Amino acid sequence: MTMQPDLQAKPGTILQTARTQVLEQGIGLSESQLLEILRLPDTELPAALQLAHEVRLRHCGEDVEVEGIISIKTGGCPEDCHFCSQSGLFDSPVRGVWLDIPELVKSAKETAATGATEFCIVAAVRGPDIKLMNQIKFAIDRINEEVDINIACSLGMLTQRQVDQLAEWGVHRYNHNLETARSYFPEVVTTHSYEERLDTCNMVKAAGMELCCGALIGMGESLEQRAELAAQLAALEPHEVPLNFLNPRPGTPLENQGIMDGRDALRAIAAFRLAMPRTVLRYAGGRELTLGDLGTREGLLGGINAVIVGNYLTTLGRPATADLNLLVELNMPIKELQKTL
Amino acid sequence: MKRVSPPYFSTTAGAAGPNTGQFCGHCGDPSDGGPSTASDIHLRCRERLAMEPPRYCAACRRRMKVQVTPLGWSAECSRHGVLAP
Ligand code: SF4
Ligand SMILES: [Zn+2]
Ligand SMILES: [Zn+2]
Repeated sequence: MTMQPDLQAKPGTILQTARTQVLEQGIGLSESQLLEILRLPDTELPAALQLAHEVRLRHCGEDVEVEGIISIKTGGCPEDCHFCSQSGLFDSPVRGVWLDIPELVKSAKETAATGATEFCIVAAVRGPDIKLMNQIKFAIDRINEEVDINIACSLGMLTQRQVDQLAEWGVHRYNHNLETARSYFPEVVTTHSYEERLDTCNMVKAAGMELCCGALIGMGESLEQRAELAAQLAALEPHEVPLNFLNPRPGTPLENQGIMDGRDALRAIAAFRLAMPRTVLRYAGGRELTLGDLGTREGLLGGINAVIVGNYLTTLGRPATADLNLLVELNMPIKELQKTL
Repeated sequence: MKRVSPPYFSTTAGAAGPNTGQFCGHCGDPSDGGPSTASDIHLRCRERLAMEPPRYCAACRRRMKVQVTPLGWSAECSRHGVLAP
């Protein structure tokens, strides 16, 4: 017997298995099964995306969660995440700058006006100091006075006390990404460990905040490592997974890493959905560059059920109206605000 | 800090917008100085400037303080003011 029939049979097999296991039973694919999805030939990609879409509709519903993100403190970070233009260790053109609170509140209002239910305040830090925590408390109070929107934060690694404070102040979701697979992490970050990231994620969950824990793919990791990452994220059971695609930034160690192939990006979207049938899977940074305008539609019909509307932290996104009009066209209602106090 | 709109940075005003001045707003290198709005070597930079705000003042090459918000952005040169879309 040759290997050929086996190879040809595999794609159909994994998609059939996924249909039963994920769609019908609600059980995410394992790491080895995810690798099979990531290795599917282009001819099988539409079927994989279709299945991921069905899984999303069955286990999450038709709603799409819309979020705006904003940087309260940009640049000058002491960490060395090799993809990041905000590290102060690289020769990046991004200058350090703080956003003032009136601008932050204004942006929260504008974000809410798009129909977004989430507003995530982000700081480029290893972890927050007292000054930043005070700023965040002040910002949360001002936004809550004037805007009806859920507030999320992304402030790096936290102490238990900081986790408790954020939960007490009403931060309903906290973002802290794994970024990449455990086995690839030391290639990308050397100033902190994967375990330190996991510690913050676990504390956030234990405190009752929703955990938003994302991925950045296309950094030179292998398909095996991409499957590993999806499985590691699934094991964490985050409420939300933002999926970023590398946008190689000038001056960073990854500036010459090519832009990942759009079909690989779509395979990853399908795989992440099949790993985590119930998670909010958000289109995040780099989608415009990697997938172009058409990619937003393909992703939303391939397992994605959340978007970042408008701009990112240091780069620009599609116009908000383009995404919002697309949701209308696709008959996907924007998820409504459910504030739990 | 005075707030100026992009036309201030047009070549006709003597100063420069992110891809129409003495320096490329994306990479900060000198533009080629010809009458065209961007030299060939900055074509990719010009494409990039559709997807990200300028980082360098096109008039003086200072790195600007850039603020990106969900629905807008601004870039401030300490000498030439604030550039916004
Ligand atoms: S910790 Fe965050 S802001 Fe700092 S270098 Fe890493 S990704 Fe960038
Ligand atoms: Zn240039
Ligand atoms: Zn200037």
